[in-house]
Amino acid sequence: MEEILQLTIFGIVIGSIIGLGSMGLTLSYGITKFANFAHGDIMSLAMYIAYFIVVDIGVMGPTVFSLSFGWGMFLAIAVTVILLAIFSVVVDKLIYKKLRRDRSNIVTMAIASLGVGIIIRAAVTMFWGPYARLYVPGIHEAVPIAGSKILIKPDQIFIIGLTIVVTLIMYYLLYHTKLGKAMRATADNPDLAAVSGININNILAYTWAITGALTAVAGIMLGIQAQVYINLGFNLLLPMFAAVILGGIGNPWGALIGGFIVAISSEVSTAWIATGYKPAVPFVILIIMLIVRPRGIFGSNI
Amino acid sequence: MSFLIFENSYFLVTATGVMNWFVGFLTTFAIFAIMSLALNIQWGFTGIFNFGVVSFFMVGAYTSALLTIGAPGEYENYVMGFELPIIFGWLAAMISAGVLALLIGLPTLRLQRDFLAIATIGIAAILRAIALSTEGFVNRARGMNGIPRFLGDVASGPDYKWVLLAVTLITLVIVYILVEKLTASPWGRVLRSIRENEDTAKSVGKDTVNYRMQAFVLGAMIMGLGGAIWAHRMTSIDPEAFNDLFGTFLIWTMVMVGGNGNNKGAVMGAFLCCTFWFGFPLIQETLPDFLGNKVFQLREMSIGILIILFLLFKPNGVIPEKPKISRHL
Repeated sequence: MEEILQLTIFGIVIGSIIGLGSMGLTLSYGITKFANFAHGDIMSLAMYIAYFIVVDIGVMGPTVFSLSFGWGMFLAIAVTVILLAIFSVVVDKLIYKKLRRDRSNIVTMAIASLGVGIIIRAAVTMFWGPYARLYVPGIHEAVPIAGSKILIKPDQIFIIGLTIVVTLIMYYLLYHTKLGKAMRATADNPDLAAVSGININNILAYTWAITGALTAVAGIMLGIQAQVYINLGFNLLLPMFAAVILGGIGNPWGALIGGFIVAISSEVSTAWIATGYKPAVPFVILIIMLIVRPRGIFGSNI
Repeated sequence: MSFLIFENSYFLVTATGVMNWFVGFLTTFAIFAIMSLALNIQWGFTGIFNFGVVSFFMVGAYTSALLTIGAPGEYENYVMGFELPIIFGWLAAMISAGVLALLIGLPTLRLQRDFLAIATIGIAAILRAIALSTEGFVNRARGMNGIPRFLGDVASGPDYKWVLLAVTLITLVIVYILVEKLTASPWGRVLRSIRENEDTAKSVGKDTVNYRMQAFVLGAMIMGLGGAIWAHRMTSIDPEAFNDLFGTFLIWTMVMVGGNGNNKGAVMGAFLCCTFWFGFPLIQETLPDFLGNKVFQLREMSIGILIILFLLFKPNGVIPEKPKISRHL
């Protein structure tokens, strides 16, 4: 029982990362209608930009609140969020915009995103090399939760807390601002939104910016939780797609919950199956969903 | 990585060195052209969005290797090892890749196009995980070593490369003729109609899912054959060598560069991309120092740029598919 609880806690941490990443993925998927195969690599890019800021530039500072990192990491998160928001908008304007104008189908767009992913991965490996790195060297001790034998690291509490904060911001943005209303309307029916006077191009840009920001947070959290390594993002692509389809494409809350379902079931499964087969769990969920209910548990807009 | 034989330009200083490189290059090209023709059946003609090419490549390679290799040695742990004649390995490779395609296709071929891509890329990841994690199956990360060569007893030493080249080129020609005949037939016409508009094809009474399955399985069988030839050519394979970039995306680039739905284009694309992929490391010495040691990343990046440039500016490839209208028009 304790083992299951421990694995569940770990699943919640990984679920926070997959959940936020999937929220970004589902927002752009819902509005552009194509599967973004570069999403995982953009997550990796985020963890390396943060690495550049805290280690290469060296603004980490002394550790705070018994976390493994200092205030510099908060600065790095803020800067990376802005940089990746801009990056995502620029990629859309440079590549996907022309494909949309050419009336390319969603498959062409998906292949183009694959090209973007390959370029990012090669560029990151070029600058930082193919080896795994750490934001802070050394082992970070886990502490027991409330006198029980279940352990959690302060960093992992930080990850869960940050996810809650970001989710609240997203809720406010989508349901209590005009922009959020316009975004939801556009994802639901672009033509109807356009005749209602919504500038679709602006909404697309904002959606990509928000996607980039969410990906940045998820990527850095992944770097804090595991390590800074280029393949980690791409490896999360399939779990994220599983979460997105589970929650219904274009449905950010569905994606968040889907992320937790995928991550917790993957982690808990290791109580019975070998860790090497863990990647198969999200995939099995994905296949069952695609066959039984491709619109997801909570409904989708495409 | 097992394709390291190309990654060293120093032996290019002598005439024999150039010749060796060129023969090896042509052999590789022929194998990739077979793969590219196979993907062209699936994607180019039928519009099946298979992002798991490497699955069939890998299954073909391992099947043929396991059947033809000797029994496992002291530190090795894998199933079979029957020392069968290699031609049986090839046949079994095609069958196992075809069966895998059938199993994958049954639940997934009805899916919307990009869902299929997500599903197939996932299957490739899982097959790699199985190969890496299952004890006593395919020797895990240590890989299969000492896979026998095809017709290895016909010629020895430096002459063998010519035998290998002849075998792969002849296989390529046979596959090309077969695919050309099939795609020009009424069967091929149905495939193209499914690609253009599946609902229209359905409305004239074609069982489109069945046709898609046939194209998927046929393509997969040819990919399996490609994998088998690859295994016997390299004589050692391991799961890491079958990564998505090399085993799936490079072949996609070939089909896209050459031109979807055109067999000449697929072969042409394979030639251009192989020249690019295996020729790229040769310019290492001419690059400035800070780029010279990054030549592989540079090459990877160029593949990404190539994909995007072609999609943006030449979406129909170098040799576009000829529009086929009724000959009565």
